[in-house]
Amino acid sequence: MSRSAGRTAPGRRGLHPGGWWLWAACMAGAASRTTNPILLALIGAVVIFVVSARRTTAPWSRSMGVFLRLGLAVIVLRVVLVIVFGDRALPGHTIFTLPHVPLPSWAEGVSIGGAVTIESIVQAAVTGLQLAVVLVCFGAANSLASPYRLLRCLPAVLYEAGVAITVSLSFAPELVMAIGDIREARRLRGRSVRGLSGLRGMAVPVLERALERSLQLASSMDARGYGRRVPVARRARRWSGGATAAGLLLVVAGVYGVVVAGSLPGGGIPFVAVGAVLVGVGLAAGGRRTDRTRYRPDPWRLQEWLVAASGVVVVGTLVAAGLAGVSGLQFVANPLTAPTLPIVAAVGVLVGLAPAWIAPVERPGTVVVAGDRTPSGRPEVAAPDGAARATTDAVRARPVPGPAPSPRAPAGAGPGTRPVASRPGEPVP
Amino acid sequence: MIRFSDVSFTYDGADRPTLDRVDLSIGEGELCVVVGPTGSGKTTLLRAVNGLVPHFTGGRLSGDVLVDGRSTRDFPPRELADVVGMVGQDPAASFVTDVVEDELAYTMENLGLAPDVMRRRVEDTLDLLGLHELRYRPLGTLSGGQQQRVAIGAVLTASPRVLVLDEPTSALDPAAAEEVLASLTRLVHDLGLTVLLAEHRLERVLPFADSVVLVPGRGSSLVVGPAAEVMVDAPVAPPLVDLGRLCGWAPLPLSVRDARRLAGPLRDRLAEAVPPHAAPAPRGDVQARLEGVTVRYHEVTALDAVDLEVRPGEIVAVMGRNGSGKSTLLSQLAGARAPSAGRVDVGGDAPDRLAPKALVTRVGLVPQDAGILLYGDSVAEECTSADRDTGLAPGTTAAMLERVLPGLPPGRHPRDLSEGQRLALALAVVLAPTPPLLLLDEPTRGLDYPGKARLVHLLGELAADGHAVVMATHDVELVAQVATRAVVLAEGEVVADGPARDVVCHSPVFAPQVAKVLAPGPWLTVAEVRAALEPEAVRG
Repeated sequence: MSRSAGRTAPGRRGLHPGGWWLWAACMAGAASRTTNPILLALIGAVVIFVVSARRTTAPWSRSMGVFLRLGLAVIVLRVVLVIVFGDRALPGHTIFTLPHVPLPSWAEGVSIGGAVTIESIVQAAVTGLQLAVVLVCFGAANSLASPYRLLRCLPAVLYEAGVAITVSLSFAPELVMAIGDIREARRLRGRSVRGLSGLRGMAVPVLERALERSLQLASSMDARGYGRRVPVARRARRWSGGATAAGLLLVVAGVYGVVVAGSLPGGGIPFVAVGAVLVGVGLAAGGRRTDRTRYRPDPWRLQEWLVAASGVVVVGTLVAAGLAGVSGLQFVANPLTAPTLPIVAAVGVLVGLAPAWIAPVERPGTVVVAGDRTPSGRPEVAAPDGAARATTDAVRARPVPGPAPSPRAPAGAGPGTRPVASRPGEPVP
Repeated sequence: MIRFSDVSFTYDGADRPTLDRVDLSIGEGELCVVVGPTGSGKTTLLRAVNGLVPHFTGGRLSGDVLVDGRSTRDFPPRELADVVGMVGQDPAASFVTDVVEDELAYTMENLGLAPDVMRRRVEDTLDLLGLHELRYRPLGTLSGGQQQRVAIGAVLTASPRVLVLDEPTSALDPAAAEEVLASLTRLVHDLGLTVLLAEHRLERVLPFADSVVLVPGRGSSLVVGPAAEVMVDAPVAPPLVDLGRLCGWAPLPLSVRDARRLAGPLRDRLAEAVPPHAAPAPRGDVQARLEGVTVRYHEVTALDAVDLEVRPGEIVAVMGRNGSGKSTLLSQLAGARAPSAGRVDVGGDAPDRLAPKALVTRVGLVPQDAGILLYGDSVAEECTSADRDTGLAPGTTAAMLERVLPGLPPGRHPRDLSEGQRLALALAVVLAPTPPLLLLDEPTRGLDYPGKARLVHLLGELAADGHAVVMATHDVELVAQVATRAVVLAEGEVVADGPARDVVCHSPVFAPQVAKVLAPGPWLTVAEVRAALEPEAVRG
C-alpha cells in the first residue's frame, strides 16, 4: 500500500503497533532463552517499566493487570502440580512426603504423592516464572497497542482472516460483559450468584447474548460494505493465498527453531528466510486484487526502527550468549545454588528499556473515563460536558461529505485542494 | 429515491407476513418518519431498504425494493453501502473498530476511496457532527449521545444518498436527542439527503418530519402522506397531537411553535379553570435512604455525596443527561455494589449485604433491557421459575402477570414478545415477591403510546398500594404523567429535587410539550387539560 493519506501528526497516534508487538515478541523470545530467575525477573521488570511509562488510558491498556495475575497463577499452578505429581522430582532435600496414591496399571507413568524436595519446588517455580514472563510480554503488547490496530496493518490479502479475528476478539469482551450482566440479573431475581449453582444455568444465556452481539456486528459490517470485491481469477487468488499461508507456516516453524535451541537445522534461520520470501510474493500478488484502501496508515518511522531494534538486541544478546556458552544462563536446581548474574546478558536485557524514552507518548483524545457497568449492558459513561454539547456551532460550520467523487478517483488535484487534511488538530485538553 | 413496489415479506417460520403488499415511494431530500405500534414491522421495513432483509435475516421477500435505481434483489447490503447508510437501534453494537476516527473511515476503506478523499471527509464529518474533540477517543468510553453521533458519522462519510435510522433518539436525553435531530435536519436541508427513520418518541421527531409512513401492523395497509394529515387519526400520537385533536385544531400542529400560535384562546379559557392540584405530600416511614453516597469507578465519580429519601406512595423520577449517574443511583438502591463512601439503607439494611433471596422481597429492579431478567423458554415457565426462586406459592407470579398485562399467551417464548409485553413480564417477575421499593431504569424505551399508557396506569395503582417507585428516565412525557417528584442529576450530584410539576415546568429541557404550549399555566398533560375543560363544556 504505497498510497498514504496526508501526514500523520507526530505524537498523536503513538508508535506503530507493529513496533510494539515486535519489541514484545523479542522480549518474550529472550525470556524463552534463559531460565536464570534473576534474568527473567529483569526482563519482566523491563517490560512492566516500559508499559507503565508508555501505556495510555484506553480500555485495552488495562489488560496488563489481567496478564500479571495470569502469570502469578501459572507459577502457583506449576508448584502445586509438582507437589501433587511429585514423583520424578529432583532428588535432594526432602521437605515433606505426601502419601503415595496407588494408581491402576493403565495409569502407569503417572503417580500421585511422594517425596517433595526443595529442589523440585524451586525448579517448578523457575519454569513457571519463565512462562509468566512470556505472558507478561504478551500482555504488554496488548496494552501498548490495541490488537485491532495491529490488524489494521495486515496486508490486504490477510485482511479477511483479520476480520474473522476482529469478530472473535470482540467475542471475548462481549462474553465477559454478558457474564457480568447476567450475574446481576440473576441476583435481581433472587437466584444465587455464587458457587456451582450460580454457574449452572448461566452458560446458555451468556452465550446467547454474546452470540447475538457478534451477529449484530456482522450485519453492521455487511451493511457498511465489508466484503465488496473486484472480480479476480480464482486461480490467481488461490495462488497468492497458498503462497502466503505456506510462507507463514515456514516462518512459524523457523521461529520455533530460534526459540527452542537445536530443534531445527541452522537454528531455524533458513526457514524464516524462505518463509518470508514466500509471504512477500503472496502478499504482492494478493494486494493487486483488492479494492480496499486504508485510512491514515500508521507510519513506520525512525522510532519504530529503534524500538524494534532494541528488542532485537535483547533477544540477540541472549541467543549469542547461549551459543557462546556463557555460564549462568540456565538455572541449575540440583545441586541448589544461588543463581549468578551474567553481566553481558543483563546489560543486553537493559537495552529493552529504550522504548520507554524513544516511543512517542500516545494520547487518545480527551480524558478517558471509565464505564459504569449497569445491569442493562450499556456502559453508562460520564462524558466531558463540553465535548458532548459544544456541537451546535460546529454543525453550522460547513456543508459536507459532498457530492461523491467516484471511488478511487484522485479527488482534488494537489495540496491546495485539501486544506482540512493538513490541519494537525488542536492540542489535547 | 426509495421505492417499494408490492413488497411482502415473511420471516422463516412465521405464519403471516410482516410486510404485506407494501407500496411506498419516498422522494429525494425527504425526512420521512415511520410510525406505528411495537411489533408492527417498522424495523423490518427499514432493514429492507438496504437489503439486510432478506439477505441477512433470511425469510421470503416478494416484490421489489429499489434504492437510487438499484434493486435489493441484485445488490446485497455490502454493494449498497455507498448509497444507503444504516444506523441500528444500538449503535455500540455496530462498531467495528475501536477509535472514533477509524470508525468514521471504516466504510470508506471498504468502498476503496482514495486516501486523501477519506481524510478530507473524515475531517468534514468530524466538524459536521461536532465530534472533533472525540477523534482519538476509544469508542467504549463515549456516552450514549456521542455514540449515536459517531454511528451516524460513520455511515455519512461514505456520502450515501439515503440515511436509515432505527430509533436514533430513544436512548438519548432530551438535549442530546435535539442535537442529533438538528444534525439530521441540516443534512436534509444542506445536502438533499433522504432520511428514513423510525421512532417511538414522536414528540421529538415529528416537528422535523416532512412525511409520515404509518405502519398500523396486523396486516392493515400502510398510510403515507404529509405528517399533519396522517397524524390526524394515527393510533399512536404524541401529546401535542392529542391536544390538537382535543381542541380540533386544523391543520394539526406538529411543533410547539405552531401549537402556541393556535393556543391563545385555549390559554385564556384555561386561565379561568381550576388548576390541577398538587400531589399530596407523602406520609409514612422512609422506605429507602441514601446518605452522602459517593460512587467512584476508577478515576470517575459517578455519584457525588448524594442524599435521597424515598417514602411509600411516591413515584420519583430521576432525570439528567446520559452519564449523569442515574443508573448508578438505581444500582446503589438495588445493592449492586457497596458505595465508595456514604450509606445506603433499604428497609433497614444495606442492600449490597442482603442475600439475593432476601433482596427481592425488599427491592425490585427492572433494568433498561428488561429481557435480561428473562431466560425461561416460555411465559409460563418464566412464571413458575420465578415462584420457585423466591419461594412463593405457585401461581403468584402468573397472577401478578394477569394484573400487569392480562392475556399474555403462556406458551410464547419471551424473545418473541413485543417490547411492551416483555416489560410486563419482567415487571410481574419483579413484583411477585411484593417488594415495597420498585426501581425502573428507562422503562419506556421501545414502548409505544398504548404500552406507555398501561405502564402509567399500573404505576399509579402501585403507588396507591403504598409501593415506592424510583425510575430513571429521559422521557419527560412519562414524568409529566405519573411522577410525583423529580430529581435531576448532573455529574453525579443532585441539582434539583422537588414536586415533579415544579421541576419540569421550570426547565426548558425537561418541560413536556403541553407545558411548553400552555406556559405559564401549570398544565402538564392532555388529561389535565381535558379534565379542566370538561366541566366547563358541561356547564356551557
